[in-house]
Amino acid sequence: MFVNEKEKILEFIDTIIDKHGIERTSLLPILGEIQEKFKCVPEFAQQRVAKIMDIHPVEVYSVVSFYSFLNVEKKGKYILRVCRSVSCDLAGKEKVVNILERELGLKIGETSADKKYTLEYTNCMGLCDEAPSLAINDQVYTKLTTEKLYQILSEIKENK
Amino acid sequence: MTEKIRKRDGLIIFSEYEKFSGLKKALSLSQDDILFELKSSNLKGRGGAGFPISTKWMLTAAAQSSEKYVVCNADEGEPGTFKDRVLLKEMPYLIFEGMIIAGYTIGAKKGIVYLRGEYNYLVNPLNEFLDEMKNENLLGENILGKDFSFEIEIFSGHGAYVCGEETALLESLEGQRGEARNRPPFPVNRGYKGFPTTVNNVESLSTVPHIIMKGGSWYSQFGTEKSKGTKLISVSGDCEKPGVYEIEWGTSIYDLLELVKAENTKAVQVGGASGVCVNKSQFDRTIAYEDLSTGGSIMIFNESRNMLAILKNFMEFFVEESCGQCTPCRIGNQKLLAFVEKIIQNEQTFSELNKIKELAETMKIASKCGLGQSSPNPFLSILENFKEEIFDSNSRGKYEHV
Ligand SMILES: Cc1cc2nc3c(=O)[nH]c(=O)nc-3n(C[C@H](O)[C@H](O)[C@H](O)COP(=O)(O)O)c2cc1C
Ligand code: SF4
Ligand code: FES
Repeated sequence: MFVNEKEKILEFIDTIIDKHGIERTSLLPILGEIQEKFKCVPEFAQQRVAKIMDIHPVEVYSVVSFYSFLNVEKKGKYILRVCRSVSCDLAGKEKVVNILERELGLKIGETSADKKYTLEYTNCMGLCDEAPSLAINDQVYTKLTTEKLYQILSEIKENK
Repeated sequence: MTEKIRKRDGLIIFSEYEKFSGLKKALSLSQDDILFELKSSNLKGRGGAGFPISTKWMLTAAAQSSEKYVVCNADEGEPGTFKDRVLLKEMPYLIFEGMIIAGYTIGAKKGIVYLRGEYNYLVNPLNEFLDEMKNENLLGENILGKDFSFEIEIFSGHGAYVCGEETALLESLEGQRGEARNRPPFPVNRGYKGFPTTVNNVESLSTVPHIIMKGGSWYSQFGTEKSKGTKLISVSGDCEKPGVYEIEWGTSIYDLLELVKAENTKAVQVGGASGVCVNKSQFDRTIAYEDLSTGGSIMIFNESRNMLAILKNFMEFFVEESCGQCTPCRIGNQKLLAFVEKIIQNEQTFSELNKIKELAETMKIASKCGLGQSSPNPFLSILENFKEEIFDSNSRGKYEHV
């Protein structure tokens, strides 16, 4: 990680801690904001949070490692999550995965070298009546067809 | 995105309703009156466990404490369930009214909505709605001039199915790993931060304003002897009209399949991954606490589907989502999945089958929370109800796809 990115993350932590306070109940909202902005909660960030909240860094790590939306390694700017649960499977999630893997040049679970895309599976997202479904960060896409997928991909590819 | 609410089928939740009328009426009633109506309605928890709402609220109301909390469980993670999403999106007022009425009844000043991370796109609209309610003095200090103040906060989850279990949810709210707690003490006595807390499902809370408006005895005329009122169900899979429906408890699978235009149906999974799978010979069974109980998920499979592949998908889900805290669930689910893979390779033996069934029964009793207690359900019911297909490799399709 670049030095200035590290500085940025530490600075960011200081500003959001002011907003959330240091009660333990603020831990997940704080970690969530760091994750959302920097696509990871690296070790040094966990240590800073632990220090400010006066808890052991291992406590913070145990929380980060528990939740599937929090991660230590940096993920892509766009995190694409394909639903792998039964209703989406029936509706053709396999095809969705094939197209995404081919177009992004990634396998499920991988992040592109330029940290732009991460492709992964997720469990049911509560959109089963409009299967197959996909989430890109907080945005959801449903009733996916080949055409729809190409359109979504071209939109995010244009966005640098 | 178009939501498929079948309003015309909606007897209660999807019926005509004037926004905030239930809340306004509730605040003019005494706490005892509210508890009385809820008791006579026989409303039970819609999150799956089916505990009577009136009892839960009465216990929380009776607990002596300086602080109390209302928690709305909007973690909706059971595969195949999406009815709470529709309520959160289209009828947030019903949910918030239910929470405020709960606060008024039990003596809480604060409510928290635990919203699954996958629904983060709903955070802004929900917060905007809360702001409007504050402007109209339906939230905040001295609501509608009464000596009662209440606030509501939205809390985002971070992708963990087990956090829907109420004590794991409380751990998560407190900034911990979402690991289920030992009970007792129950949340009604020691919940959020150790204070008495009522945790209720989105749909349970959304039903309360209707009961307040029309009365408990009106509500209890719907349904069956043991399951009163209506249930929202989320229908997906092989049918022409998937979506959210409001049905009277006691509706048969057969009638349901007709309603959603399902053809050539081979199997119906009732209750999501942790529910049971029924075959054709059981389609006259009904959706009710006393028969096929469900938090709302109905998945339909037609003749072309491979039941073994479906079962494998369910078991992979549990292996991934087990919090790992207790052995029967952590190891048990891995063993069940390994056995399914063995059948796929045609390497199973009948003595193994009997042993693995015993293990599944043990998991039901020995697991610490509902996840491990119910994950054997699809395993046992699919092996039992689709024996011929499963143990005869010739009658199975390909495994890569369901
Ligand atoms: C693994 C697991 C997941 C659960 N997920 C949910 C959920 O997403 N939403 C929900 O309301 N209840 C869920 N429950 C049930 C809750 O523990 C609890 O019974 C419910 O929130 C109580 O509310 P109710 O009485 O209004 O149904 C889950 C239970 C288990 C064991
Ligand atoms: S049953 Fe499973 S999810 Fe529940 S506490 Fe045990 S390991 Fe965790
Ligand atoms: S199964 Fe994919 S959204 Fe529910």
